[in-house]
Order: sequence, then C-alpha cells, then structure tokens
Amino acid sequence: MFKSCLFRVLSFQRSFRLLANDRYVRPSIARCSSSKLSTSEAKVNTNNDRPQFPGSRSEWTQKLAFTRNTDYDGIPVYRVMNRDGSIIDESQDPNLGEAKITKIYKGMTLLNTMDRVLYESQRQGRISFYMTSFGEEGTHFGSAAALNDDDLVFGQYREGGVIMWRGFNLQQVMDQCYGNIDGNDKGRQMPVHYGDKNLHFVTISSTLATQMPQAVGAAYHFKRQANGKVVICYFGEGASSEGDAHAALNFAATLDCPIIFFCRNNGYAISTPTHEQYRGDGIAGRGSGYGIASIRVDGNDTLAVYNVTAAARNYCIEESKPVLIEAMTYRIGHHSTSDDSSAYRSVDEVRYWHQQDHPISRLRKYMELKGLWDDAKEKEWKEESRRQVLQAFVAAEKKPKPNVIEMFTDVYNEMPDNLRSQYNDLKAHLKVYKEHYPIKNFNELTEELC
Amino acid sequence: MWMRQNPIFSFLLKKRLNVAFKRRYSTHFNFYPSTVAASEGETNRLNLFQAVNNALDIALASDPSTCIFGEDVAFGGVFRCTIGLQDKYGKDRVFNTPLSEQGIVGFGIGLAVVGATSIAEIQFADYIFPAFDQIVNEASKFRYRSGNHFDCGSLTIRAPCGAVGHGALYHSQSVESFFAHIPGIKVVMPRGPIQAKGLLLSCIRDKNPCIFFEPKILYRVAVEHVPVKDYVLPLSKADVVIEGDHLTMVGWGTQVHILQEVCQMAQDMLNISCEVIDLQTIIPWDKETVINSVKKTGRLLIAHEAPITAGFGAEIAATIQNECFLHLEAPVFRVAGYDTPFPHVYEPFYIPDKWKCFDAVKKLINY
Repeated sequence: MFKSCLFRVLSFQRSFRLLANDRYVRPSIARCSSSKLSTSEAKVNTNNDRPQFPGSRSEWTQKLAFTRNTDYDGIPVYRVMNRDGSIIDESQDPNLGEAKITKIYKGMTLLNTMDRVLYESQRQGRISFYMTSFGEEGTHFGSAAALNDDDLVFGQYREGGVIMWRGFNLQQVMDQCYGNIDGNDKGRQMPVHYGDKNLHFVTISSTLATQMPQAVGAAYHFKRQANGKVVICYFGEGASSEGDAHAALNFAATLDCPIIFFCRNNGYAISTPTHEQYRGDGIAGRGSGYGIASIRVDGNDTLAVYNVTAAARNYCIEESKPVLIEAMTYRIGHHSTSDDSSAYRSVDEVRYWHQQDHPISRLRKYMELKGLWDDAKEKEWKEESRRQVLQAFVAAEKKPKPNVIEMFTDVYNEMPDNLRSQYNDLKAHLKVYKEHYPIKNFNELTEELC
Repeated sequence: MWMRQNPIFSFLLKKRLNVAFKRRYSTHFNFYPSTVAASEGETNRLNLFQAVNNALDIALASDPSTCIFGEDVAFGGVFRCTIGLQDKYGKDRVFNTPLSEQGIVGFGIGLAVVGATSIAEIQFADYIFPAFDQIVNEASKFRYRSGNHFDCGSLTIRAPCGAVGHGALYHSQSVESFFAHIPGIKVVMPRGPIQAKGLLLSCIRDKNPCIFFEPKILYRVAVEHVPVKDYVLPLSKADVVIEGDHLTMVGWGTQVHILQEVCQMAQDMLNISCEVIDLQTIIPWDKETVINSVKKTGRLLIAHEAPITAGFGAEIAATIQNECFLHLEAPVFRVAGYDTPFPHVYEPFYIPDKWKCFDAVKKLINY
C-alpha cells in the first residue's frame, strides 16, 4: 500500500514537471512503454534468493541450458472414437441423443453435397469462385453444436458448416454465392463470404487473421456486459502466422477475454505444408507461451471436437479467460476453385484421408453402431439433400442482381455528397452507353434507364 | 478537473495570462486562439490535451459502453490526454494494451462490432501503419461488405500527429493523405482546443469509424476558453476562419495558424485580403465551402505539412480546377513538405512555414 502511494506521488510529480515545462518536453516524446509507475501492481518478492525481475517469475539456475522444442513431446491429440466409429473410453462419449447427433450428421452431409454442386457450378462458370470444406465438416459441426446459438462467431472462410448449423439455409448460401438480390452482402463480396447478424456470425472477409484481434475486442465487451456469452474465432494454421494472430492471443490473455480460438490445422496453406509454416509444436504449442490454456483435438472426430469445445466454453465462462483449440485435420479438397492441389501433393495422400479417416464416415459408423442410422436412411437423405441443394441452386440462379445503387450504399451509414454525385454520374453514363453493360441482369436498372 | 487545483498548473495559467497572446511558442508558428460566443455558456481555459481529456471524460460519462485503450493510456498517456480517467471510470474502461498497433485497432473494431463505443489511441500517427490493414481492409469496409449486417461505426482512433520541432522521422509525420484514399472512414484534424473537443465528440458519436489526428505541438501551447458543456462540431464541414476577397488559403491542423499569420502579413505588406479556411475534416471533405470561396477570390493556396506528392492538397487542387476553372485567375498553388522523410536538424527548412506561404501568396497575386 505504501509503495503504491509512493508511486502515485512520483507519478504526479512527473506530470507537474511535464506541465511546468513550457516548451515541448523531450522525455515525453520518446516512445514510452515502461511508464507504468502509477498503475503497476507488481509485488516485490521479499525472498531475496529469488530473481526480482518484473518481467518473469522463475528461479535462478547455474546450469547453462537452452530450452528447446525437442525437450517436450508434442501436445497429444484428444479423441473419443477410433476410425471405426467405436468409443475408446465410454466416459468420454457425449451421448448427444438421436435428434442432435442426426442433426449434426445431416448438416455435415448436406454441406458435403452442397460443396459438390457449387464446386461443379464454378467449373461450369456459373459462379465465379468457391471453396469446399471437404474433410473439415467435423470441425464445423462438432464445435458449432457445443456452443450456444447466440455465442458470436468470427470465421476465416472455411466454416460454412458453422453458420449452417445456426440456420443459414441453402437458399441464403446460394444467394450469397450468386450475389443476387437476396444475398446478405448485396452482391459485394466474393462467394463463400457469408455472414448474418441474426445468426451471430460475423461476415467473413478475405484478409487472413484480421478477425482474430476483432474477436478479442468483442469478447472483452461480452465480459464487461457479463452476458454469459463467449466468442469463438476460427482460423487456419497458415493464418496463425500473421501478426494479427500474435496480437490476438496476447491481447486475449492480458485482457482476460472469454474467447475460444479454434485453429483448423489441415496441413496446408494453399500449397505451403506445415513444415514451411512453423517449426514449433503446431499452434496449440504456442498457447502456453501466451498464458493460454490449450488443447489439441482430432478434428475428424466430431464427438471429440464437441467435447473439447463444450469444455472450452465452460472454461471461458467460469474463468473469464481465453482457450486455444487446435483441431488436427486434413484439407481433402483443393484450396479453392482457383487451385489445383495435385501440383504440390500426391493423389495417394489425399485418397488416404478421403477413404481412411473422414469425419463423415466416422460419425456414420458411430451412429450405425448405436443403431441410429442405416443404409436406407442414408439413401433417402442423400436423395433428399441433393434435391434441396439443386432447388435452391436453380432459384438463386434465376434471381436478378441488386440495383446498382447498392454499389454506393453502406460505404458510410449515410451516402455522402461525393458518392451521391458519383452514382448520378454513373446513371447518366449508362443512359448513353447502356448497350455496353449487363443492365438487364440488375434489378430495375432497365426500367430506370429507359 | 485536477489540473485546476494543481498549484503549478495555476501558476502556469497566471504566467500565460501575463504574456501577449501571439507570443512565439515555437520556431515556426504563432497560435491564434479561437473564441466562442457568450451564448455557449460557461468556459474553461484549457490547452489541447486538456480539451481532449475533457471530451473523453464526457464520452465516458455519457455512455457506459465506452472504453479507452492503447499503449500507456492507463497512467494518463504520454501526452497526458487520458489523465485521471482510469481513476474516475475504472480499469475495465480505461486500460493499457500490449504494444501492438494492429492489435489495438483490431481489438477496437471488435468492441465496436458488438456495439461498444470504442476509443483507441495510437501513440504517434507515425506508428499507425502496423494497423493500416485493420483500418483500410477491415474498419472502413465492415458495413459495406456485410450488407449493413455489421459495422464498426462506434470506433474512433486518436493519434498525435505533425511536426513538433525535433521529432524527426517517426514523431513528426502527417499521414492523413494515406487515409484519404480509403472509402468508409472519416479523417478529422482540429486546429485548437475548442475544435478538438467538439470534433472529437462528433467522431466518437458518428456512426462511422473515424480517425482523429491531434497536432501534438498544440497539446500544451494551444490554450483557449473551451465551453464546459457537452457539444459537437459537425464533421465534413470546413470552417472559414478569416473572410477575405483576393485569395483563398486552405489548411488544417497547425498549418491553419501559419495561414492566419500569412493572412496578416499579406494584409500588412501587400494590402491583400485573404480568406483562410480550416478544412477540419479531410474525408469526406467540404468541397462546397472551398469551391464557393475560390469562386469569390479566384485564387487558391493549399498548405500542409505532409509531403507534396499525392498529399491531400493534390485532391483539393484537382477538384478546384474542375469545379472553378472559369473563376481561376492563377494556377492552384500548393506549399507543403518536401518529398523526403521528415528530417531532424533540417526541420526549419523542411516545413511549409509562413515565409514559404507568403512567397506563394505574392506569386499567386502577381501571376
């Protein structure tokens, strides 16, 4: 107490000096990060045998030894069921119940069917771009099912299953990919950049890892509101090399934010394998360096992902601290429709994951063992899901694009004069040159120009 | 406010009262204080950092979701702008972050996305560039790309900017034109304490992400009678500081004070009547006020500290030649920093001071 008062006095004297100096004061201009006298709560350790440095809390050693990555085994991969879908330790079976497990399975397979149709439609030039989630369906649905539906999601771009779990329907997906009049983003972003305020899923942007510190800010506000909500932030192992990932993990730890960092480690960032991405113990291995509780999970084991996410959610709420989950998986599909992954990895490698260790087939085996699923149900659902996908697809293709004024709205909350004037310029231009533009595809544009 | 009870501060005020108002505070400009009408109510003598502090105090008091954060803001900030606020509002509302600008702005965006009023401080405008991605690709595009499902309109980023006498490369920069090329944000710079309080409160309450650049050389030397009440000044509205007939001069921040002195010099030495305009908001900027002025005077001088090439003066010049072509009696002149990094010992030669501006006035008039 006495010391903190002393610090406060010193601090005030320091401010007096600054004020008293009429000219610009040189010390205050220096980039100052250590001026924490008045707020520092560091306790001075009374045991003089221990180091007193404010920056750490460790003991002395007389042994000169570097700490090396190889000193430790990697963080183990938590799993619940083996590749045959049988539970390894019965105490770990979440026993989700028929309705929930069926919803998860149907969601994963619907996403898979949708991915196939949209991937093909891009190949045919009907949409401009697409990214599949092949092999990572388990990470989406396992984690989404363990959260509350009003927990806020910040994603990267390969988390379509999470927003679908919340109720983003096939029509909304298709409308966004087509950029038509009903797309949530009014045709402004590339396909697969989903988002929906009502579903608490923050709109995706292409810039990698930028969502990470943002998610921390949102979690901080939730903590202040004490609203019982957490934030989950998804990202790939490649994105975790960005500076924003570092900032986010560090901010979340120092500001005690209730956030789940969920890393999808699928082995590749486009063509770059993980051994060119990092040399540590993956992403989970970084957690303790930031003071963040961390865990590694089998991302192809949907039940393990569920358990881990549910436990992380509880930890976030109870401790008001961040958690880091690294879900190990494999990107079975190409990075995107603009990528041919056979240029940098073998077909055999992909085939292994597709045939031997796939989240969908594993969950199906688990359900069959429990008597919750069979071939007849599979056949019926396959046909039904394909019908639903194609129906939404055809409907989306027929819808017009939004009116071109939407190119100018929402830049600001109100359209400023320069944008109003630029919109008027464009319309005047189109009146003269309309035959050179695709005006008939855009809502009400033909009528406005004639 | 604690400063008013502080004996040294009172002494300072007394000392200042005894000297001429246009005394020399620095090597390159005199501060020309603004005044407000008596109808604005009670006023306090505040310098610019105190006016900022006062605005932040009001923002925290009037909206419980407001948080202020950045490097070293907890103890009051390296420029004293946040002094006393943590004690008054708590550690969860005014707090230090780790030393990471991209983290600060990203964190601020996230707070704003969930509806909190988010006031981030970047310690010097020179260090805003690590956050450039978060500003240009994220903050500015949040509303647009989400179809208005999400926005970060309640985010304000404050950063000290501009020349300070000895700041050299990384404590002197005027970076506004980098941000003028970003649709979706607002960029604002005040010229004194009255404008700082009103414009900052506008930025904080505006429904769009705003960057508020505070000319750091004015933090202590700029003292004015600032209204005590909670008030806002409109964004995207330039302020005609001095009316005149023969020539229009446009600047912002510290440069407005140089232009006011040049206006006086032109009157005294050339018998020329100049109109001085403080742009105040860089984007979206008030074209109408500048256009109307140039249509009246026929001549335009734009001055800013930032380097001349692709500085914001270029945008104004291009717009004016387009809108006022038939009214212009001379080319639009720009007096600005040179296209070099901001140097240490050469600062007196680098800045667009009153003599460079005065010379431009002479050339414009004699064109």
